[in-house]
Amino acid sequence: MSIRERLSGNEAAATAMKQINPDVVAAFPITPSTEIPQYFSTFVSNGQVDTEFVAVESEHSAMSACIGAEAAGSRAMTATSANGLSLMWEMIYIASSLRLPIVMSLVNRAVSGPLNIHNDHSDAMGVRDAGWVMLFSENNQEAYDNLVMAHRIAEHKDVLLPLMVCQDGFITSHSIENIELIEDEKVKEFVGKYKPEHYLLNDKEPIAIGPLDLQAYLFEHKKQQADAMRNAKKVILDVAKDFEKMTGRKYSFFEEYKMEDAEAVIVCMNSTAGTAKAKVDELRANGVKAGLIKVRVFRPFPAEEIAEALKNAKAIAVLDKADSLNACGGALFEDVVSAMYTSNIHVPTVNYVYGIGGRDTTTDDIGTVYEDLQEVIKTGNIGNPYRYLGVREGK
Amino acid sequence: MKDLIEIRWHGRGGQGAKTASLLLADAAFNTGKYIQGFPEYGPERMGAPIVAYNRISNNPITIHSNIYEPDYVVVVDDTLLDCVDVTAGLKESGAIIINSTKTSDEIMKKLKNYNGSVYKIDARGISIEALGKYFPNTPMLAAIVKVSGVMSDEDFLNDMVGSFKHKFAKKPEVIDGNMKALEMALKQIEKVK
Repeated sequence: MSIRERLSGNEAAATAMKQINPDVVAAFPITPSTEIPQYFSTFVSNGQVDTEFVAVESEHSAMSACIGAEAAGSRAMTATSANGLSLMWEMIYIASSLRLPIVMSLVNRAVSGPLNIHNDHSDAMGVRDAGWVMLFSENNQEAYDNLVMAHRIAEHKDVLLPLMVCQDGFITSHSIENIELIEDEKVKEFVGKYKPEHYLLNDKEPIAIGPLDLQAYLFEHKKQQADAMRNAKKVILDVAKDFEKMTGRKYSFFEEYKMEDAEAVIVCMNSTAGTAKAKVDELRANGVKAGLIKVRVFRPFPAEEIAEALKNAKAIAVLDKADSLNACGGALFEDVVSAMYTSNIHVPTVNYVYGIGGRDTTTDDIGTVYEDLQEVIKTGNIGNPYRYLGVREGK
Repeated sequence: MKDLIEIRWHGRGGQGAKTASLLLADAAFNTGKYIQGFPEYGPERMGAPIVAYNRISNNPITIHSNIYEPDYVVVVDDTLLDCVDVTAGLKESGAIIINSTKTSDEIMKKLKNYNGSVYKIDARGISIEALGKYFPNTPMLAAIVKVSGVMSDEDFLNDMVGSFKHKFAKKPEVIDGNMKALEMALKQIEKVK
């Protein structure tokens, strides 16, 4: 029997970490993820976990400590947001290229500047090419569930990549909502013991980690990282199947919401997907064939599967909560259109940059996107594909 | 109770409006509801106007945005009536509850054209009498439960005893006072219109 609770997204993440009981947590506080290490340090001081908590002086050191711990052969976790992730930047790449399956809670927030503490996805999009598995979460439940599944994916011998679980800063991190928790023992059993094959503290196998890697080998090592990311797709689905057996909650690369006969389709990530579901329900009640795809697994990007799921749509809007400032659309939009193009699927698709710096996104906002899509379906004319939703200066 | 109830709290930093919204979420959760309780984060300073929200439903809630057309508004500090448009978007089928000792005429003048139900309660008087200190959020919590009918008075009081026992485990002497504040508020809330 699961445990009916009410927790904020940050409490949910900290609870998952408590149940995982990692060997090392190293973190530095930054809004809006601060509460995660704060709650976790309470668990440490109350003796509820066996974790070595390293209170570092910066995020660069937080990630460095996680790298050291993981390389030594232990399981390490951290949490951060926005500029904290920016300060980790150098070590983010080192973690993935050393193939260290560190798990991070990333509570998404706008990267400065100007200074803003509220939600968008610019922090996550800044590390989309860093070689981390990236899972996105609609609400506290998914932030929790994704963390429970995280180590099984990251530590799998065919993967061995670090993994981040994203959720929306404040919108879900600071909202109290219902959640179904899993019993401690079941989580412990599901996550399992960490048994690294190669690690620094193994005196039977002296190894070096992270030596110089020049023209002769770096390319091959990068190819191995890329292959690991491809391998992660199968592992993610396998772990989701086991998770479903334990909880009844079904996860895949993305959630298809009322997609069977959908004509006007929105693709988005994190909390906005929930708001969009409410709008889809309303439109469906009025006979509008609206549908939604909520991307959970952003890295590896499920290109063929998304293209297949979108092939019968008549118009698509991809919502990006970060502006790539590139004159040609946001990161999720680029991935979705390139996935369709390479699968030879051609559906009129437009991009909306929205919700920047915590700009609220309502069901009415989502409604205008579906209206726009119906217009595209009616006229067959895309117009400007690079659009904005909720900005105070034209669309 | 209708399927989805949306509530907006107006208070000033330090008065406990955010805590009250979380306590309401807790109480509704304990009676089996689906709940959301979340503040609107801004520059947080003691005394600055703040807003917090609740959604309460019999079904799972997926919407993640602020609330612009609430069913109920709770005003924890009546000086906000002069500087915040507290009835903005408030449904006329709903109600506003104000912590105030102003006369009904004075309150109605400040609310301009709001046509829905209006309630007032002297949360300061209740809090001082029951607790000896000014904590307006406890009486206001009881007031919104009474007016919105999200749960019965009895269920609410039973649940709050448990919550206070947990919350004030280290200072049990304040539990009785807080319970008294809730009971007084349930009786003393007054319909202005």
